[in-house]
Amino acid sequence: MQKIYAHAAAALDGVLFDGMLIAAGGFGLCGIPELLIAAIKEAGTKDITVASNNAGVDDFGLGVLLATRQIRKMISSYVGENAEFMRQYLAGELELEFNPQGTLAERMRAGGAGIPGFYTRTGVGTVIAEGKEHKDFDGQTYILERGIVADLSIVKAWKADPSGNLVFRKTARNFNPAAATCGRICVAEVEEIVPLGSLDADGIHLPGIYVHRLIQGQHEKRIENRTTRAA
Amino acid sequence: MAWDRNQMAARAAQELQDGWYVNLGIGIPTLVSNHIPEGIEVTLQSENGMLGMGPFPTEDEIDADLINAGKQTITELPQTAYFDSAQSFAMIRGGKIAMAILGAMEVAENGDLANWMIPGKLVKGMGGAMDLVAGVGRVVVVMDHTSKHGDSKVLKKCTLPLTGKAVVDRIITNLGVLDVVEGGLKIVELAEGVSEADLRAATEAAIVD
Repeated sequence: MQKIYAHAAAALDGVLFDGMLIAAGGFGLCGIPELLIAAIKEAGTKDITVASNNAGVDDFGLGVLLATRQIRKMISSYVGENAEFMRQYLAGELELEFNPQGTLAERMRAGGAGIPGFYTRTGVGTVIAEGKEHKDFDGQTYILERGIVADLSIVKAWKADPSGNLVFRKTARNFNPAAATCGRICVAEVEEIVPLGSLDADGIHLPGIYVHRLIQGQHEKRIENRTTRAA
Repeated sequence: MAWDRNQMAARAAQELQDGWYVNLGIGIPTLVSNHIPEGIEVTLQSENGMLGMGPFPTEDEIDADLINAGKQTITELPQTAYFDSAQSFAMIRGGKIAMAILGAMEVAENGDLANWMIPGKLVKGMGGAMDLVAGVGRVVVVMDHTSKHGDSKVLKKCTLPLTGKAVVDRIITNLGVLDVVEGGLKIVELAEGVSEADLRAATEAAIVD
């Protein structure tokens, strides 16, 4: 079993197709699979639906696939940092399904865990609840949300071992573990692939069973909102 | 005459209780962390996957892997824990977060909150706000009492799409503090230099005694 591929294009070979659903990790520009996104741009895959908390910025992250019009629909909780996204959406060129952030995370977690739906209070009494099943439990009203199973997951981690065990770093973990679990195929890009046995088995954040293909590469790790205090 | 942003944040900080886990929204709520009262220990949650949020970094401490929910660079503390988004919202939905302090575009007398979109104009998204107001123990809103044009933002009924229905417990504005109670809003406190008549005139919502 060989999970390590030479580069992003090789790791995506044979798994991309027009009209597919991709789940992507990342929060803002933090912990995004930037190398795999670039490779999808090069591959030219079209009519993609992407489930991702955000849509990148105009020239980085998923924004590059919006610029090339490869994305038909986004499932996201917040898209406020991307002017091109806003323009395409308001012009009716792009579909958008807003999901509350926790609902989106749980939809991915559930999808990966074999749970087709779950009830949540989030969104009850708002537009999010329209058309969804309502059910009362113990005097509280909940709505039914569906698990997401994606054709492909693309995620970014800090370190991996050759068996695909992943370790994330600080808040770059975010949506990556849940996104990784909900794909039929998961491709992970990492900063470093370390030898078997060098990760603490008690400190693995995502077991390799969820990760099918791995690449190591250089990451730009762009900062969206650089905020500092005086030294 | 009325509170400024920092005074509103300072007033909101008085809502904090020792030992609480709290989520602060973007904008004025973020300033609340500058006013945490002496002797009160609170742990700040950032919904992108962190408990124990520290101050902004110095130039040397900046780390691209360490941001808050507003995508600002931040730092960690000795008690910091990191986790993934599903776990982050499990603790929010599961009622483990004692209080959220959030901004608002509109709030209504029954506790309805609107703070995520203006149809046809502003399409940014709700982020974690819908999950927070549905899950945390107590929701405090910090907002300007009126719009730039002087129209009340404390309404009988929200005109914008809701973030949550009957979810707000307390409203802190530049004019004072109001609680959502049976039948409408109850005045808890007036800002310095603001009379009850001023606050009533700026409020569309029903005020009850």
